[in-house]
Amino acid sequence: MSMDSLYTELIMMHNRSGHNKHVLPEATHIERGHNPNCGDDLTLQLWIEEGIVKDAAYVGHGCAISQAAMSIMIDLVKEKPVAEAKVLAHDYLRMIRGEQLTEEQRDALADAIVFESLSKMPARVKCGTLGWHCLEVSLAETAE
Amino acid sequence: MVSSNLTDTQSHDRLSTTDRDRTGQTDFPIFTSHPELIYLDHAATSQKPKQVIDAMSRYLTESNGSPHRGAHKLSVEATRLYDIGRKKVAAFIGASRPEEVVFTKNATEALNLIAYTYGLSTVKAGDEIVVAITSHHSNIVPWQMVASRTGATLKFMYVSPEGDFLPGEWDKITDQTKLVAFPWVSNSLGVIHDISGLIAKAHAHGAVAVVDAAQAVGHLPVDVCALDADFLVFSGHKMYGPTGIGVLYGKHAHLEAMPPFLTGGDMIEYVEEQSTTFAAVPERFEAGTQHVEGVVGLMAAMDFIEHMGITRISEKEQRIARYAVKRLSELPFVRVYGPREGHDRGALVAFEVEGIHPHDLASILDDRGIAIRAGHHCTQPLMKSLGIMASCRASFSIYNHVGEVDALVEGLHHARRIFGYEHG
Ligand SMILES: Cc1ncc(COP(=O)(O)O)c(C=O)c1O
Repeated sequence: MSMDSLYTELIMMHNRSGHNKHVLPEATHIERGHNPNCGDDLTLQLWIEEGIVKDAAYVGHGCAISQAAMSIMIDLVKEKPVAEAKVLAHDYLRMIRGEQLTEEQRDALADAIVFESLSKMPARVKCGTLGWHCLEVSLAETAE
Repeated sequence: MVSSNLTDTQSHDRLSTTDRDRTGQTDFPIFTSHPELIYLDHAATSQKPKQVIDAMSRYLTESNGSPHRGAHKLSVEATRLYDIGRKKVAAFIGASRPEEVVFTKNATEALNLIAYTYGLSTVKAGDEIVVAITSHHSNIVPWQMVASRTGATLKFMYVSPEGDFLPGEWDKITDQTKLVAFPWVSNSLGVIHDISGLIAKAHAHGAVAVVDAAQAVGHLPVDVCALDADFLVFSGHKMYGPTGIGVLYGKHAHLEAMPPFLTGGDMIEYVEEQSTTFAAVPERFEAGTQHVEGVVGLMAAMDFIEHMGITRISEKEQRIARYAVKRLSELPFVRVYGPREGHDRGALVAFEVEGIHPHDLASILDDRGIAIRAGHHCTQPLMKSLGIMASCRASFSIYNHVGEVDALVEGLHHARRIFGYEHG
């Protein structure tokens, strides 16, 4: 995917999923992700109960890639068991590293697949993984 | 939708062609490797003329040896070139003697050298260090270190969004002030500070002045004696030379009084098991095997600048920068930072595009072969004081031309279309 079409797609999705950017009063897990080199600064809030991601949202500021990646991730993990969210995070980060995923794993990543081309844009990898790293850290401290 | 009018573009195309020929973009092999490249990031690092690349290659092919060590011919030749390099830098910046020139890795290392040697040995608890808020992190963090280790206070002189010092800020320089540090040209706003005035103000209170000339050398004529600067630093890689070589200029009396920075080979006189006497200035500050091919490349870069003529370089950069400010200011969705239209500025323009994060803009432009810088430009305290998250920066040098500014403007319209702000 070219840079231009990646952006065109992201902008569309992002407009659609701006609903994930707000404070989440029920949050049980709050993880701030900061990218000092470019100033992206996003905070992921998760409401986890009985091993399920009941709800999620983020606040902060950053580039279109970091915000869209975060927002699409939130859509993906909402209402999923923690164990499943962990697998998604693992697979997403593998995808960005350029590793091959199975058809099944790709299907599970759904819309997040648009970020596959980031594996060939090293300058932007940190933007596309900021939210997912927040998720990984939050889930690591959570019982499944 | 705004689009540049046709006759305008045509006349700029004509201009750009002659410009390209006159300045010899052909001197820069990077443009042969990337014929479509529009490189607007000289302020981060300059592209290298063939003369620099060839000189370094020739040195490594014909003359490589360890300087100051051993009696064989190659070592003697390496030493000779290294010493000529020091003399050439001294002449280039108007130093009164070659011993006032210390080679470092870059401007950052030069500033750290001043902080760790001069700073830690002269600044005491209760003293003050005054720094311009426009400073690069490399001219802030070392002074934070000195302040916290000595118990001195660090104060900042603030500026307006145009880069002018706010009224009364210079009055922070008082008899308590031991050291004043500032950039000659801000890499973030492009403002050119009145450094003669700042140096005189520092001296009036018995403080020393540290000038960060990283964005000035190669753009403006430099005469350290006329300026009466105590210390002045710059990096070779921002003035057509290689990375890995930088310069610390220091008044001889200051250098003479300073303890060593790094210790080891080459900076010694006698080493006993338990003690060492140190070499004279400037070798005292140059520990270990030095970067001779870097010095050779730096010499070729200075030759290139002299051959082009600093006045001609400066006039051309000013012309492009003025044109860029004019074109960008015409766009309703662009905010230009730094000096207003018509005022002097360094060879760069910082700006922000409404609705598009600087990093996204930089990626989209990069896809069109236009290289700009995006982010905080290693000036977070400045950005924070002005309430700017991040900005875009286009910077210029001898190999740029006004046609590239037109391409940048067209690139901004393109990005706005992708982001859904413009149609067509
Ligand atoms: C004004 C200014 N000072 C200092 C530096 C540091 O230069 P270097 O990274 O080569 O040490 C830079 C460049 O990044 C700069 O623009």
